[in-house]
Amino acid sequence: MLDTDFFRRWLTLCAGSVEREAPRLTELDAAIGDADHGANLRRGFAAVTAALDRDAPGSPGAVLLLAGRQLIATVGGASGPLYGTLLRSAGKALGDAPEVTPAELAAALREGVTAVAGLGGARPGDKTMLDALEPAVVALAGAPEAFGRAAAAAAEGALATVPMRARKGRASYLGERSMGHQDPGATSSALLVAALAEAERTEGEAP
Amino acid sequence: MRMLINVPETVVPDALRGMAAAHPELTVDVENRVILRRDAPVAGKVGLVSGGGSGHEPLHGGFVGPGMLSAACPGEVFTSPVPTQMVRAAAAVDSGQGVLFVVKNYTGDVLNFDMAAELAEEEGVRLAKVLVDDDVAVADSTFTAGRRGTGATLFVEKIAGAAAEEGAPLEQVAAVARRVNERSRSFGVALGAVTTPALGKPTFDLPPGELELGIGIHGEPGRERRAMMTSREIADYSVDTVLEDRRPTGPVLLLVNGMGATPLLELYGFAAEVHRRLAERGVAVARTLVGNYVTSLDMAGCSVTLCQADEELLRLWDAPVRTAALRWGR
Repeated sequence: MLDTDFFRRWLTLCAGSVEREAPRLTELDAAIGDADHGANLRRGFAAVTAALDRDAPGSPGAVLLLAGRQLIATVGGASGPLYGTLLRSAGKALGDAPEVTPAELAAALREGVTAVAGLGGARPGDKTMLDALEPAVVALAGAPEAFGRAAAAAAEGALATVPMRARKGRASYLGERSMGHQDPGATSSALLVAALAEAERTEGEAP
Repeated sequence: MRMLINVPETVVPDALRGMAAAHPELTVDVENRVILRRDAPVAGKVGLVSGGGSGHEPLHGGFVGPGMLSAACPGEVFTSPVPTQMVRAAAAVDSGQGVLFVVKNYTGDVLNFDMAAELAEEEGVRLAKVLVDDDVAVADSTFTAGRRGTGATLFVEKIAGAAAEEGAPLEQVAAVARRVNERSRSFGVALGAVTTPALGKPTFDLPPGELELGIGIHGEPGRERRAMMTSREIADYSVDTVLEDRRPTGPVLLLVNGMGATPLLELYGFAAEVHRRLAERGVAVARTLVGNYVTSLDMAGCSVTLCQADEELLRLWDAPVRTAALRWGR
C-alpha cells in the first residue's frame, strides 16, 4: 500500500530532481522553445515542497491536489496548467483514501494523463510531455508495482522525441527545425516518473 | 552576460517597483503582479485585461491607462502569467459591465487565461476573450499551435480600449477587438538572438552576416535563415510576405516595431522602405507608428504589422490614449 508519506516523498524527490536538472531542462528548452522550462518548474516545485511542509495534507489524494494547485499558481506558461492538471486529476481520482494500491495509483495517473491530453490537445508523437507520460502509464497499467519499468519507459519515451517534429507548443513554430532535439516537457515528465521509482526505493526514509 | 539586473529571479518584481515609482497614475501591485489603472473600476465601462510573459515591454503594462488597457498581468520572462493574476485583475477592473481578456495565441497564455476565465466567471464576472494570432510566419495548420500573437496585440488593445472608453458594451468591444485581429497580419525578422536572464546567453546562435526570417517574440529561431539583407530587401520580403497572406482592400494602420535592440535610426529607415514597398504594391497607409512596442528583450530586429482600417477603426485609433508608452490626443 502507498500511504501519504509515500506521496510526500515522491513530490519532494520530484522537487530535488527538478532542482538538479533545471539547467539541463532550460538548455533543452533554449534549443526549441524559449529557455525557461527549468527555471519555471524549479519555482513551481519549490512552492510545492513549501506548501507540503506548511499544510500537511492528510491523504495521497490531498497531497496531489495541493501540489497541482501550487503548480498552477506559480509555474505559468503551458507547464503550469498541464502539470497542475496532471496532479489534480490524479488526486481527484484517488479521493480521500488514506492509502492506495499501486493499481489505484496507476488508474489515477491514467486519468491525469488523459486530462493533460484533453487540455493541451496533444497526442503521443507530437513531441510533448505525453511522449514520456503515455508509455509510463501504459507500463503501469500492465504492471502497477513496477515503478522502475515505468520510469524506464518514460525515459525511453523522452529520448524518442529527439527525431520528432513538434506539432504542439512553441516548438511547433519551428517545423522541421524542431527535429533533432529532445523535448524539454517529455524530459521533465520522465524525471517525475523516475522520482516515483526512487520514492519506492527510499521507502521508510523521511520525506 | 552583461545585464542591468540584480539576480535573474527578481527581474520582474524589480521592474514593477520601477514602474510604480515612475507612474503614480498607475496602481502597481508588485506582490500579486498586476498593473492597474488607478481609477479602476471605471463606472459603466467594460474592463480590458491583458497579460503575457515579461520581456515584451512596453507590452502590456505600458499600455495600461485611459483609452487602452484597464489592467495588465506580467508573467515571468517569456512565461505566461498564472490564473490568479488575471482573476485579481478582472475583479479589480469589473464595474459590472464585464471584462475582455486580450490573449496572445501561445499555448501557455491560452491555458492560463482559460483557467482564469473559469474562475472569474465563478466569481460573477462576465467575460469575453479575444485571441490575437497575426503572425504570418507560422502556418496555421494542425501541424502547429496556430499563428502566434505579435504586433497586432497593440492594435487590438488600443482600438478595443477606445471602444470601451466610449462606453461600448462588452459584446461590441469584443467584436471590434476580433475585427482588428482578423484584419491584422505581422511578419518579423531577427538580426540577433535574445539573451534571457535565466539562461544568461543567447537562446540561439546567429553568426554575424546572417539573419532569421519569420521570428516570433520569444527568441525562438524563425522559419528560415539567410545571409544578411539590406533594410530595403528586408522591407520587400516582409511586406510581400504579409500581403501574400492577406491583401488589404483599403488603407492600413502600419506598425513598424522594434524588437528591443534596434535603434530608432534604423527603424525609421526601415519604415521608409516599408512605405515605399507598400506604395509600389498599391497599399495606402492611413497611420504609421514606429518604435519599440512589442519587444523581445535585447533582440535586434523588427516586425511589420498591417491592419486594414475602416472609418470606425481609424476613429478609435485616433481617440485619446494616456498610458506609459502610448499617449496622444489630450
